[in-house]
Amino acid sequence: MSNQATNTASPMRAGLLSITYMPWIIAGVLLLILPFIFTNNSSITIMNQMWITVIFALAYNMLLGQGGMLSFGHAVYMGLGGFFCMHVMNYVEDFGVAFPLPLLPLFGGLFGMGFAMLIGSFSTTGAGTRFAMISLGVGELIAACSIIIVAFFGGEEGISGDRTYGLPFFGIEFLKQIEVYYLISFWLMVSAVLMYLFSRTPVGRMANAVRDNPERAAFLGYSARWVRFYSFAASGFFCGIAGGLFAINYEILTEENLNAASSGVILLVTFLGGVGFFFGPIIGAIAFTLLQTVLSLETELWAFYAGSLFLATVMFFPGGLAGLMMMHVPAMRFGKLGTLTMPYVKTLLPGLIAMFGAACLVEMTFHYRHAATGDNEMTLFWTTFDSHSIVPWIIVFAVTAVAIWITRKTAPALKEAWGEANTPPKGGV
Amino acid sequence: MELILVNLIDGLVTGLLLFMLSAGLTLIFSMMGVLNFAHASFYMLGAYFGYQISLALGFWVALLVAPVVVGVMGAGVERYGLRRVHQYGHVPELIFTFGLALLIEELVQFVWGKNQMPFDIPDVLNFTAFAIAGNSIPAYKIFMIFISIAIFIGLLYILTRTRVGMIIQAALSYPKTVEALGHNVPLIFMGVFGVGTALAGVAGVIAGPVLGTFPGMAFVLGSIVFVTIVIGGLGSLWGALVASLLIGWITTFAKAYNLAMSDVLNAIGIATPENLDDNIFRDLWTVTSPQIADILPYILMVLILIFRPYGLFGNRDA
Amino acid sequence: MRKSIKLGISAALALSVSSVAVMADIKVAFIDPLSGPFASTGTNGLHQFEFAADYLINQNGGVLGGQNIEIVAFDNKISPKESLIQLQVAIDQGIRFIAQGNSSGVANAITEAVEKHNKRNPDDRVLFLNYAAVDPALTNDKCNFWHFRFDANADIKMDALTDSIAADEGIKKVYIIGQDYSFGKAVSAAANRFLGEKRPDIEIVGDELHPIGKVKDFTPYSRKIVASGAQAVITGNWGADMLGLGKSIVENGYDGPIYTYYAAGSGITAAFGETGEGVIRLVSEGQINPPVSDAAADYYNAFKAKYPDGNVDQSRITNTIGMLAAAIDAAGTADDVVKIAYELEGMTYDSLWGGQVMMRENDHQAIQNVHIQAHTKEGITFAYDGSEYGVKAIKTIEMASADSESSCNMKRP
Repeated sequence: MSNQATNTASPMRAGLLSITYMPWIIAGVLLLILPFIFTNNSSITIMNQMWITVIFALAYNMLLGQGGMLSFGHAVYMGLGGFFCMHVMNYVEDFGVAFPLPLLPLFGGLFGMGFAMLIGSFSTTGAGTRFAMISLGVGELIAACSIIIVAFFGGEEGISGDRTYGLPFFGIEFLKQIEVYYLISFWLMVSAVLMYLFSRTPVGRMANAVRDNPERAAFLGYSARWVRFYSFAASGFFCGIAGGLFAINYEILTEENLNAASSGVILLVTFLGGVGFFFGPIIGAIAFTLLQTVLSLETELWAFYAGSLFLATVMFFPGGLAGLMMMHVPAMRFGKLGTLTMPYVKTLLPGLIAMFGAACLVEMTFHYRHAATGDNEMTLFWTTFDSHSIVPWIIVFAVTAVAIWITRKTAPALKEAWGEANTPPKGGV
Repeated sequence: MELILVNLIDGLVTGLLLFMLSAGLTLIFSMMGVLNFAHASFYMLGAYFGYQISLALGFWVALLVAPVVVGVMGAGVERYGLRRVHQYGHVPELIFTFGLALLIEELVQFVWGKNQMPFDIPDVLNFTAFAIAGNSIPAYKIFMIFISIAIFIGLLYILTRTRVGMIIQAALSYPKTVEALGHNVPLIFMGVFGVGTALAGVAGVIAGPVLGTFPGMAFVLGSIVFVTIVIGGLGSLWGALVASLLIGWITTFAKAYNLAMSDVLNAIGIATPENLDDNIFRDLWTVTSPQIADILPYILMVLILIFRPYGLFGNRDA
Repeated sequence: MRKSIKLGISAALALSVSSVAVMADIKVAFIDPLSGPFASTGTNGLHQFEFAADYLINQNGGVLGGQNIEIVAFDNKISPKESLIQLQVAIDQGIRFIAQGNSSGVANAITEAVEKHNKRNPDDRVLFLNYAAVDPALTNDKCNFWHFRFDANADIKMDALTDSIAADEGIKKVYIIGQDYSFGKAVSAAANRFLGEKRPDIEIVGDELHPIGKVKDFTPYSRKIVASGAQAVITGNWGADMLGLGKSIVENGYDGPIYTYYAAGSGITAAFGETGEGVIRLVSEGQINPPVSDAAADYYNAFKAKYPDGNVDQSRITNTIGMLAAAIDAAGTADDVVKIAYELEGMTYDSLWGGQVMMRENDHQAIQNVHIQAHTKEGITFAYDGSEYGVKAIKTIEMASADSESSCNMKRP
């Protein structure tokens, strides 16, 4: 899969070199204006959560995507960075030290890196299962310690602090969510640029080589082990920064920041977005945060849908959402993207309807089984109906079946159009 | 003294139960290179199917039928899911099983709800077999021991005495060569996956009544199964057995005796600090063995991976 | 983010309610786990809240002369981080009352966040109605003006429990076991303190903590308990840890009582079944069996008719809704939460489940009758979990710990 990813990416590079600043500028402008589009506090809270996850996922992908190392305990580095920052924050509050809050994540980063170097000193000797299992073991150990060692981790309640006691930064005291938002956005841009640049350094390049073929890399005179070690330490640094931002945003850290579930989630996020591309984890983090925070407001079964989506991604689009997008680049370069529009509409629209229809059936079954007695009414997609009568079932079932039938019927045409769009036009490029 | 004997029996039960899971997993792992994260989920499915079938047809039918159902589901997952993902490499395969574990937990909650199921020990076995110094040993535990040992002997027989077993063993060591010899390796994979998950199903049916049948049961068991096979050495049935028993006894004894860290440190000549409450290491001083019993296997695994990456009985690098 | 259209039960309820409503509803945000391992407790709690609001308030004309109380559910997945996000979403929707109860860790995160929010945003302050998190610290060192606890805290319940143990002359040896976190430690500390005061002759033969939610098999712990010769066991365990511990102790030869906090409802009563008969002794507020009055029986029957699989196992929820409505009526406003908080302080309320509830002024801890209840099938009017078992009150401590001390130093606006 990694090969496939690199192949698609490599022709891109030369073409994108001239506009290489554009994506960053667009991203920066977007970060600046988003709070003016989504103005209420809860969207800003959700965006804060999103950007923190983005940094964490990008840092995770330094290992998984770029270095081929699968970590099952990566929440530890983010969590420890966060806990350390929280202690610094409390120290500032207790002793009245003059310390500007925006610099706090740096401490988290250094602490995360320090711990990553400690663990990396013995875990990076191998990639593969060995690295994965050591990361799992260390993750479980730290998570268990967080309950036992109350002095540092605060037990199950965690430790909390107040961010407003730091030195006012140009008059900003970080009382409001929006002020925190811009702080997080600033660190997001800095971290993303640095991580991107890291992937362009010799170490970053060698990480790819070590991932694909450690033996050949070794023959070139590079120690696979040290290349892994540097990637691991750098990843730990950025995880720590994400942890520091978490501490500032939520003002509390708990065992949850360290445990296996959090480590699993970041793996899902990164893979969902696509490990083969630098921007993959960004998409993954945004999609997953929306699923978790917004979809869970709509339905209790959100985890079921998230799980299905995830499984479908692994099975059909191993390149993740980013891979799915980048599949269209060749067609775009041939100038044939337009020819795909109609076939897409013909197939994907019914496909989408079929998906929502299936979701409706699931929701109706759930409602039928779990709703209170006498409470037969349910609302789906702004329509209220009786889940205990047969008519809505027949309608939804029929719609879904027809939609599936149309999708299957039109799929070959799409495939054909896809093949056509990806054939270079006569006369060459 | 009597308590040691009782703990030995308890540890044996825990260890053998773990073995039923790790035996299937180590076969799957070593043959396909897949760390099947959903293995504990099949154990959970075993318990739930066992409960559902035992309501209608009784415990003994459930014990026979539920593992078969789970095994067929496992084979189906291999055939229609894993095989498809296989072409992308090991990491996506592993992530596939990871996602599957999440989905199975959600499905179980969807079908059976979120409460604990009243899955009980069958009446025939609901008595005290014997007592050692006031500690009763339930007959069900003896039954669990016999079932696990029977399964171990059965597996050993199939693997070493039958033709299928020979092919599987060969495929464990030289998968490419076996394929070159014309054996249908994908079919073997599917079969091994099915049998492995069916074993997890058996473990689920017999553990459900004692350890509880609830949606979190797979998560509680968690990654300890991987730890077992890594400690034992990949692909080694004996390794899985020894590691399971080791973990069973270590955790049981650590829980059964309140060994405090301060005692250990005092014994090796480090004195307890004067005012412990202000000491930053106060929590380390007061740690007791039951508190850390469940993380001891993880410590053991990390140490083994650092110093002996093949595991206790393995011959392939993890 | 657009205002969410709630699916399922809450949507149907909201619909049926809003069709009657003349004025805007008063919303209460229910932030508790609705998915994940603790979802059953959360979902059942949500049903009890919705039913209480509907049955007690909305069907009787609402508050402030016709406004209804609507419960809006938010799933926090029992994660402190998610809880804070959902808290923000709730505040943005203009909700002024936050109800939460599962996990003291989450309650701790919410009470701190609410205090900071109210300090930083004096224009849209909120109240935190804690209906089940019983860590004593929440009404002691960590108390604040915005937090109200409607359940009896762990110390109060332990006071009642140890009264019951102290009265039993036959008990000479007690074993204390709990989960390794703040609540488990609080239970252990309180048990040691009260037993030391009330019955210095009782020997505590074991006092230990086990990892929370991680123990697969409790057998080694039960062996120690049996071997210690304990005649009573005290535990603060809940959920699967309670069931696992209880079943394992009984299976391995222990036949004394197990004194505990959370061993009823959410499937636990059914799963204990016969094993728990004569063993489980539960301390809680609110008497279900025998019903204290016809009104209480009617309430329970109406709930049963609506949720056949549900239990009224958190009777304090009716008090929470009742007291909130009374405070809003007394304050004459549903927006000025400071005024409402002052009304709640010191309020005395006649509980549907017998006796009175008094919201103590100095620490916002509800003082109420606490009962020792037995898990049994004899004399049960309202059984739990669709089984034939339920809990029956066998001893009542009136206005338990009304004069207990609190280290709370309340700062009022």
